[in-house]
Amino acid sequence: MRVTHARRRLKVRSKLLRAYVLLAAFLALRAFGNLSLAWGTKHLSGALNGNPLAFGLALLDPYVALAIAMLILALLVRMALLSVADLSFVLPMTAVGYAISALFGKVFLHEDVSPQRWLGIALILAGVAMVGTTSESKTSSE
Amino acid sequence: MKWVLLSIVVAATVASDLLQSYQMKRGGEQTADARGLVRLLRRIAHNTYLILSIVCLAFSFFAFMALVQKEPLSFAVPASAASFIVETVLAKLLLKEHIGLRRGSGALLVLCGIILLAR
Repeated sequence: MRVTHARRRLKVRSKLLRAYVLLAAFLALRAFGNLSLAWGTKHLSGALNGNPLAFGLALLDPYVALAIAMLILALLVRMALLSVADLSFVLPMTAVGYAISALFGKVFLHEDVSPQRWLGIALILAGVAMVGTTSESKTSSE
Repeated sequence: MKWVLLSIVVAATVASDLLQSYQMKRGGEQTADARGLVRLLRRIAHNTYLILSIVCLAFSFFAFMALVQKEPLSFAVPASAASFIVETVLAKLLLKEHIGLRRGSGALLVLCGIILLAR
């Protein structure tokens, strides 16, 4: 009786852990993918003016190509995440990505982050901390 | 025109996520190691709804690109965050997810943060 209870708790724990590992992998892939995309497109010689040829040439840029590979992988990892966690859990948790993007923009691309944006980042992190205290999947288990 | 594009972005994002969430929860747990990803690709190729979800995602992506080409990002990002609200409500109604007080208010805080961030 006691053993099965402990075992079930262990199983739940590891499922939660897997959800967070997938979440971290998704956030890292998307953040670095977007950074690589921004870096690559900003250093292109021609402008992206809706011309299909310009988009085709942009794909030859190693940073853009790397970005697209990472963003496709991010999509697949997010789908795996959706197999273990609720959509209403995944949506707010992945919003950490907005905060990471703003930080990356500041650190790597030297973009300005206004006080209002810092407040936005703080609100997102507070909301995420709140959602993080709820179980990742309230529907599929049991 | 901007409202048409915005509606396409929101509707396509919502449809894509609902389809993905519903389909991914049905097929059992999916891992993201090399073998798991190959299995996932095969799963997508055989599942009409998952293919449809990716088509929706493509629509939302290109509509968003067209939107930011004309409108400032400070309009496009918070406006498309409307999908966040629609999806959370539909997750409750259609996917029968239990959204408690904590998850609901956390989601609202995140939404406010996104709107502030995009200005």
